[in-house]
Amino acid sequence: MNILLVLAPFSLLLGLTSLVAFWWTLRAGQYEDPQGDAARILDDHLREGPDDEAAQP
Amino acid sequence: MSALAVRDLSAFVTRDTEARGRLELLVSGARCGACLARIEKAARETPGVEAARFNLTTSKLSVTLAPRAGDAADIVDALDAAGYPATPFDPSQAIEKEDQEGRSLALALGVAAFGAGNVMMFTVPVWAGLFGQELDGTTRQVMYWFAAAVATPCALFAGMPFFRSAWSSLRRRRANMDVPISIGVILTLIVSFSETLQQGEHAYFDAAVTLLFLLLIGRYLDHKLRLRARSAARDLLALQTPSATRLDADGVERTVPIRDVEVGDRLVVVPGDRIPVDAMVEDGTSDLDNALISGETAAVLAGPGARTHAGALNLSGRLVLRAVARSEDSAVAAIARLMEAGAQSRSAYVRLADKAAALYVPIVHTLALLTFAGVWAIGLGPREALLRAAAVLIVTCPCALGLAVPAVQIVASGRLFRRGILVKSGAALERLSEVTHVVFDKTGVLTEGRPRLMDAPASVIAMAAPLARASRHPLARSLAEAAGCGEVATDIVEVAGMGVEGVIDGRTARLGRAAFVGVDSGAAAETELWFGFEGDTKVRFAFQDSLREDTRAAVEALHAMGIWVEVVSGDVAGPVEAAATQAGIHRWTAGVTPFEKVSIVERLQASGRKVLMVGDGLNDAAALSKAHASMAPGSAVDASQNAADLVFSGGLWAVSDAIGVARQARRRVLENFAFSALYNMLAAPAAMLGLINPFVAALAMSGSSLVVILNAMRMNLGKGRT
Repeated sequence: MNILLVLAPFSLLLGLTSLVAFWWTLRAGQYEDPQGDAARILDDHLREGPDDEAAQP
Repeated sequence: MSALAVRDLSAFVTRDTEARGRLELLVSGARCGACLARIEKAARETPGVEAARFNLTTSKLSVTLAPRAGDAADIVDALDAAGYPATPFDPSQAIEKEDQEGRSLALALGVAAFGAGNVMMFTVPVWAGLFGQELDGTTRQVMYWFAAAVATPCALFAGMPFFRSAWSSLRRRRANMDVPISIGVILTLIVSFSETLQQGEHAYFDAAVTLLFLLLIGRYLDHKLRLRARSAARDLLALQTPSATRLDADGVERTVPIRDVEVGDRLVVVPGDRIPVDAMVEDGTSDLDNALISGETAAVLAGPGARTHAGALNLSGRLVLRAVARSEDSAVAAIARLMEAGAQSRSAYVRLADKAAALYVPIVHTLALLTFAGVWAIGLGPREALLRAAAVLIVTCPCALGLAVPAVQIVASGRLFRRGILVKSGAALERLSEVTHVVFDKTGVLTEGRPRLMDAPASVIAMAAPLARASRHPLARSLAEAAGCGEVATDIVEVAGMGVEGVIDGRTARLGRAAFVGVDSGAAAETELWFGFEGDTKVRFAFQDSLREDTRAAVEALHAMGIWVEVVSGDVAGPVEAAATQAGIHRWTAGVTPFEKVSIVERLQASGRKVLMVGDGLNDAAALSKAHASMAPGSAVDASQNAADLVFSGGLWAVSDAIGVARQARRRVLENFAFSALYNMLAAPAAMLGLINPFVAALAMSGSSLVVILNAMRMNLGKGRT
């Protein structure tokens, strides 16, 4: 039974990790443009930033 | 647009302390990833642009300009050249605070989801124990303490939106739905702690947090609906006339936001643009289309010294105006006052959910109190009494009620949105569903709002067509449209407000007003054009504002729904009667002022009818805000779109469609209420008798919420086009 005292907090820790990850995605604005993100992931040219040109063949 | 004019859009750029600029544009026409790539490329390749990011979901392009460099007009031109027309946002509206409320609701939802999921780890074993499986007291204690450690912080955090709203409602001495929710959650936590301390079996930590999770889903959906409607309404405004062209003392034409126009400014209005504020003509002559202001279809000739109203469409000549009023003062003040009064009377409307809450809150709280007093009185002790009272509050907690309305309305408005109908609020849908009477404006609503050539011999049309193709006047344009493509006359001279002269096959010809062409027609109708070669016989073309294609079908659909239809127009009797008869409407009133429109609507409502007003002009705005519900087409003036509950693009079928969906939504909401009532009638007595344990409470709560959501989704499966 004592194993519960280890496993239960551990699984809670895993749950908390995913909650923090969710909080991070929210802060990073990952839900602002679902359609645009769906298009960007398929196209190398759409990666933003200074390495934009470098990504092109 | 005049070639010499310098377009200056710098008023739309905000610069920070390092002079780095920010600009937001609404870009139309983007549909897929390829469009996205082309738009960002066009913007990034414009000189002075540091970064550009396009949001495909909201069609908004955010551009960062390098310090002291970059020109907004260049970006607009580059996007135009790429095939995507762009409109800059007014900075005061565009860079608004981000959707903070949505984020904090989403975070609360995430925390509640975490809590609801993880607390089950500890409560499910206890539930098993409730049915006689082996679980000794100590283990149960440990489980409950774990559950408390997870659920309490989660419930307190996720419950904040409800606690805040309940508190502010109590301070206004009213009880909204959040009051029983807050009391329920807090009482549940307290009772569960005391049970755990006393080594009891009935702790409801899981119920408290699961309840909040389900309610937050409803709250989040409701928020999304309002947000989408708000931003769509803002986009529509940006697409209207957000800017005016000001002619400054240095001779440069600057594009400025409308609210920056001061009395005395000189403004340039080219054909095809709307007059931004009330003004006096200084220079130039042109025909003005006042249809949006007065509902009249006939164009009015305006020359130097003439007074023009904001919203009039310049048809034929370039005008230089001197502003005589600021934008806020331009709409006739009386109309604005009427609109305010109308909006007030409408805000008194009590929404279905609030009606339900007003009934529900006192009943449930009385029941809980009676349970507490009763159980104590029959000698079961204060602990059992408190436990049963808490159970009553938990099982009757308005999960289903809280979801009943938002879930249905988000499905309904999403369905309308896909058909090009924008619903501004959930309350609008509720009011729309009660409509018994539809009042249409004529111009721009029943009709297309632009003249069409009435039947003329094809040979005559072909003769005049070369001149018509050279003119910008709407009558000439519709003549050119009727003729199709072909040659254009040479040596064109367009005389603003009169007509156009040119050479066809070596012969000079004129197209325009009777007097211009050289005909002495006594009563010169405004909806006619004359054409003739010099010294030859003259021919007359008549035009009429024709009905939208689907008007008749839309009116029939409304009749079939048992709705009364009538036309109230500011236009003269002849065209109104013709349009009404063609559309199959028997009741019509012509030549009414904006104030009479309001009183007609008021009279109808006083006789117990629920009126839906459909209009597009400034003259309809007051009636729109007075009516029980209102709709405006996307082509309407700002004031009307603001006053209307729903804005539709596309055909008139939107009216019957919207009413149909609204009625269906109301039916679903009432079904959901009925189900909730039935559920509570079973659950409350069970809780009072002490038949509810934590397992039953958890099942009943999530089960009832699920039923309500599934019932709302049924709207998508329902009959009708999608």
